[in-house]
Amino acid sequence: METRELIDDLARGLVPVPRHALAARMARGLLPALALSFLVLWAWLGFRPDTARAVHTVSYWLKFSYTLALALGGFWAAERLARPGARALPAFLALALVAAAMAAISAIELMMSAPQARMELVMGSSAAECPLRVVLISLPIFAGTFWSLSAMAPTRPVLAGAVAGFAAGALGAWVYAFRCDETAAPFVLVFFTLGIALVGALGALVARRVFRW
Amino acid sequence: MLAVEAELKSLMVAGLDGDAAAYRVLLTALGAVLRRYYMRRVGPDEAEDLVQEALIAVHAKRATYDRRQPFTPWLYAVARYKLVDHFRRARLRKAVALEDAGDLFAEDESEAALARRDLDLLLGSLPEPTRALIRQVKIEGLTMQEAAAKSGRSEIAVRVGIHRGLKSLSARLRGEAERGDP
Repeated sequence: METRELIDDLARGLVPVPRHALAARMARGLLPALALSFLVLWAWLGFRPDTARAVHTVSYWLKFSYTLALALGGFWAAERLARPGARALPAFLALALVAAAMAAISAIELMMSAPQARMELVMGSSAAECPLRVVLISLPIFAGTFWSLSAMAPTRPVLAGAVAGFAAGALGAWVYAFRCDETAAPFVLVFFTLGIALVGALGALVARRVFRW
Repeated sequence: MLAVEAELKSLMVAGLDGDAAAYRVLLTALGAVLRRYYMRRVGPDEAEDLVQEALIAVHAKRATYDRRQPFTPWLYAVARYKLVDHFRRARLRKAVALEDAGDLFAEDESEAALARRDLDLLLGSLPEPTRALIRQVKIEGLTMQEAAAKSGRSEIAVRVGIHRGLKSLSARLRGEAERGDP
């Protein structure tokens, strides 16, 4: 086919692109997925039984803040990476800042506690289950995220996949925070982040297959 | 350069808002820009294929252009991605080509049967939706609109799908011929 004919074909029947087409696509992929993740949490593990008491503690809110901030930064970075030529650096800096803040809070908490209590602050009582739960609860969000981004155009697919997975994992971890009754910041820093990173690795693995354009 | 950026950007924004005339002007201008870009990097035949690939990508992914950002970085990122993708696929083709080349011409049959068989084999190398579209439009004689309605896709998706499929078929045939057609 001649290039001229192709151009005619492409221009014929051109449909306008709404200004927020991509945001709408993200919402369509993420909102049902988020609801599904909550459903999985509720059916599988339920919500934390001591919620009424926990809402008065700092650690309850810290868990939500950390995971939500990572999710926002992660989706911001993923959206940048899914647009050709866009700069993702500011989003990465924001993510680094969130991680650094959480690390600082954890370090302070460790320093202020007795040496023999420190191990407990890191390991909590659910270290073995936490990362895997985060991964499983993230899966619907993971699928929704990749469905949304597959309509976009990542020029560095593996990186975009890792970041998209990370973002999905962070949002999944936020959902899991409704169940997790750990109270120590170091635990959240280590085991929530580990679960999130696993989902990121999964994203890097599937990226080449999903992001083909 | 700045004038070009401003010009292309305003055409792109008009295109996004549905102005088909501006969009045609844009694609024609982009054709020239992309041709220059690819001619410097690959041979003339491949360059024209890449121009078309990139134009299709510009069209299919136009929603990813952020109107608040300059246009040319977006365009060149798309063009570069298509170039890298082209090199990657060329490497893959070289790796698998010899294994399946034998199947195509192995058996002695009547001309028509052979042709049909070759056609099936060739079509078989395409992904399913594309294969079905080419069969419907180019062999069964459906119109693009009918094929679109049948497959539940937009007409433009059908056109682009068929265009791509035929192009990869002809690339494949060229590949077979280069390796020594018996």
